[in-house]
Amino acid sequence: MFDNVWLIPLFPLIGFLINGFFGKKIKNEAVIGGIGTLMIFMSFIVSCGILLQMIGLPPEQRVFEKVLFPWIHSGNFKADMAFLVDPLSAVMIMVVTGVGSLIHLYSIGYMHGEEGFYRFFAYLNLFCMSMLLLVLGNNMLVMFIGWEGVGLCSYLLIGYYFHKKSAGDAAKKAFVMNRVGDFGFLIGLFTLYWWFGSNHNIWTINFTEIKAASHLLPYGGVVTVATLCFFVGATGKSAQIPLFTWLPDAMEGPTPVSALIHAATMVTAGVYMIGRMSFVFIKSPETMMVIAVVGAATAIFAATIGTAQNDIKRVLAYSTVSQLGFMFLAMGVGAFTAGIFHLMTHAFFKACLFLGSGSVIHSMHHALHKIHSHDDAQDMRNMGGLRSAMPITFITFLVSTIAISGIPGFSGFFSKDEILWQAFANPYHGGLNIVLWGVGALAACFTAFYMFRLVFMTFFGECRINAKAKSYLHESPLVITIPLMVLGFLAAVGGYIGLPKLIGDMFGGIPNYFEHWLEPVFALANQYSAQYAHHGAHPSHAFEWSLMGLSVVIALIGIGIAFTMYVQNKDLPGKFTATFPALHRAVYNKWYIDELYDFIFVNPCKAFGQFLWKGFDVIVVDGVVNGVANVVMGFSGIFRYIQSGYIYNYAFSMALGVVAILGYYIFK
Amino acid sequence: METLFFAIVSLVAIISAILVITCKNPINSALSLIMTFFCLATYYVMLDAPFMAAVQVMVYAGAIMVLIVFTIMLLNIRVNATQKHSHRILLGSIIGFFTLINTIVLLVKSQAAKPVGPFTGDMIRNIGHSELIGREMFTTFLLPFEITSILLLVAIVGSVILAKKNI
Amino acid sequence: MENLNGYLVVSAILFAIGTIGVLTRKNAIVIFMCIELMLNAVNLTFVAFSRHLGHFDGQIFVLFIMTVAAAEAAVGLALMIAFYKNKESISVDDVNMMKW
Repeated sequence: MFDNVWLIPLFPLIGFLINGFFGKKIKNEAVIGGIGTLMIFMSFIVSCGILLQMIGLPPEQRVFEKVLFPWIHSGNFKADMAFLVDPLSAVMIMVVTGVGSLIHLYSIGYMHGEEGFYRFFAYLNLFCMSMLLLVLGNNMLVMFIGWEGVGLCSYLLIGYYFHKKSAGDAAKKAFVMNRVGDFGFLIGLFTLYWWFGSNHNIWTINFTEIKAASHLLPYGGVVTVATLCFFVGATGKSAQIPLFTWLPDAMEGPTPVSALIHAATMVTAGVYMIGRMSFVFIKSPETMMVIAVVGAATAIFAATIGTAQNDIKRVLAYSTVSQLGFMFLAMGVGAFTAGIFHLMTHAFFKACLFLGSGSVIHSMHHALHKIHSHDDAQDMRNMGGLRSAMPITFITFLVSTIAISGIPGFSGFFSKDEILWQAFANPYHGGLNIVLWGVGALAACFTAFYMFRLVFMTFFGECRINAKAKSYLHESPLVITIPLMVLGFLAAVGGYIGLPKLIGDMFGGIPNYFEHWLEPVFALANQYSAQYAHHGAHPSHAFEWSLMGLSVVIALIGIGIAFTMYVQNKDLPGKFTATFPALHRAVYNKWYIDELYDFIFVNPCKAFGQFLWKGFDVIVVDGVVNGVANVVMGFSGIFRYIQSGYIYNYAFSMALGVVAILGYYIFK
Repeated sequence: METLFFAIVSLVAIISAILVITCKNPINSALSLIMTFFCLATYYVMLDAPFMAAVQVMVYAGAIMVLIVFTIMLLNIRVNATQKHSHRILLGSIIGFFTLINTIVLLVKSQAAKPVGPFTGDMIRNIGHSELIGREMFTTFLLPFEITSILLLVAIVGSVILAKKNI
Repeated sequence: MENLNGYLVVSAILFAIGTIGVLTRKNAIVIFMCIELMLNAVNLTFVAFSRHLGHFDGQIFVLFIMTVAAAEAAVGLALMIAFYKNKESISVDDVNMMKW
């Protein structure tokens, strides 16, 4: 089965080619959607086969390299089209193909009747192929192809409604910001390649080879430079401070895209990349600290913005940024397993949330369309009371919301609690740990608050749209609700494969399967980190329990505030904004980050461009060109009188020239 | 004797050449030119190149001049008696004079190279000029000779087209 | 061949006369004849040098020049006839269509 790993990216590629080239002719939506979904589902089946085979092997043998064909061999440089199958990439391909299949299925219903239906599925398949290349690539170059490919698909899909200016702008913004990150990625790649090559004559970009040679890397120094560059790449792709502003704007794309690309898979590429190169990152304590701080800051920062947004998808977008911050926090504190675990559970519940919001928008849009209203179908202030109209959507949405809020028993609790615990108890960052934990816990509180605010505003209370439109609200078709139910189920139970040791022990020693599963991948990183880790006294179980309880209480507080503000006492939000107008305005306007970037980067660039255009181009470049032309014209205006057109004049000047030249050589 | 003959021929050649550019009637110019060509043919004979002399008479004095005279008569051009462009004549004469000065000075300053080739006067007289020219022409210069035929063909086509159509 | 310089001087004089003719005359046919005169002056130089150096290359070259002159005569005169058809004149003063 391992040998067939190349089939996994191949199937979506076939789907892309069929839909991309013939989709316009096929026309039939069922066929187009069917091909797209089937292809990714077949990848899912192959992935399942690989996973099952891997489970059957002892942990040490769970690494497999498949060289498809030699790609670039030039001097010392060697890059093959090679795939790496190990527990980490197995988890990733399962998530990508699994969630991807469900979202493809969902899209058949959601995109029904849209113009360019085939285009959507072609892009979606291309995205899956790129993402699978990214996670399967055994060298940085193959990974980079995937890295760029998902960026491209993200651009294409954000700009899917390209006739809308906002969509085009958002697509460009995403692309440009990703490019900034990609630049960092490339510099990091070059740095690592150069260092290994010039110092140890190991010219490689291959992950397994780098892993084998990673004991040569020093702690800090060049590794810090390289890993920081990689981290810049990760911030671009995974929407971390400072490159996070593109993700909320990316919600201009269709909702399944937001679910697949901007929640479940692509944006986690940065986390995956850090996990893939954990043995390099761990060698630089400075970078680890930067990652942890940036992750925590992003988590709290995005969470605060999420509390004041009214667009249902924007709330979820900021929630995604915030949750990605949690993952980076986990990576930064050396809890790679927890980070990947949260990546997986987040993929489940956030995809479910996005798809649920898509279902709501779909229904709202339909209802508003029926009464020819131009109200915003995504604005939560227009919703309310959808609970009775859309029961399945409501239940799955609620389950996912509980999961993301960190209520015990649901998947989000296990992963998020693990991250918070590791942030507190990790042996790397000393006094910073308590700050990281505090910020993380506060972000968790905000998360619970804004998520339940969203649920209460959307599904509870009175319906705030026109009564006439209300009658048109209905549950979405089965093709939409099936993925919702599957994802909702996974969001609820997906966490049980990674039970914390504490809880597992309580229930008779159930091991943390997930941690054991990824242990071989991160073993080397843990070995390296022992060099500088300061293991203090091991915190007692009672302490761990109390921290766990504290985080649950914090989540409950968040829910409680939301309940008070949006269900019990509905004047409270208004009063709150009236009391702190400046604060509300700042949060509502996303802390003016976009404006700040406009001020710092965009406007100077524009001004510089204006200067180059009006000052340099018009005056200097055009001036030179026109000036040369004018000078030539002026001279030719004089000299044209020489060109009388009479033959004897030409003969005369020619003879004169001959005589003069000959004379010069004869008499000199 | 030879020097005297050379001087007489030169005198005739130069006077007829001057007549070429001074005669008002083109026919007179043409006849003077034929005279010059005959003088040149005489020079070729004196230079041990009888074949060249024959070709000179046939091609120049014969073919080309006949063509020119034909054209003059065909067009029947009126003799334009009022042609007076003193400044042009002056300028042209000055340039012509300087050309002459240039070449004479070049001659005076330069040293003629010693004979290097295989063909001596005796050899030419014994074997015959035509045969030697023919050997050279059809061995060393065969390709240019063949290419000449293309040139002539193009010239024929060109003159036919130019003469035929209303351009 | 002690008299090489004599031939060359005659050649130079003929060439100069031809140049003057080209520059001063208006009748296109006369100009054409002057060009032929210049060509012949060059031919004389070629033959004189050829004889002096004992090499036939110069004479072969003269033959080619004659070929070219013949071709030139054919085409040039045809051009003159065509020009005369259009302008009723062969004075070069009427040929100024090359002006800018």
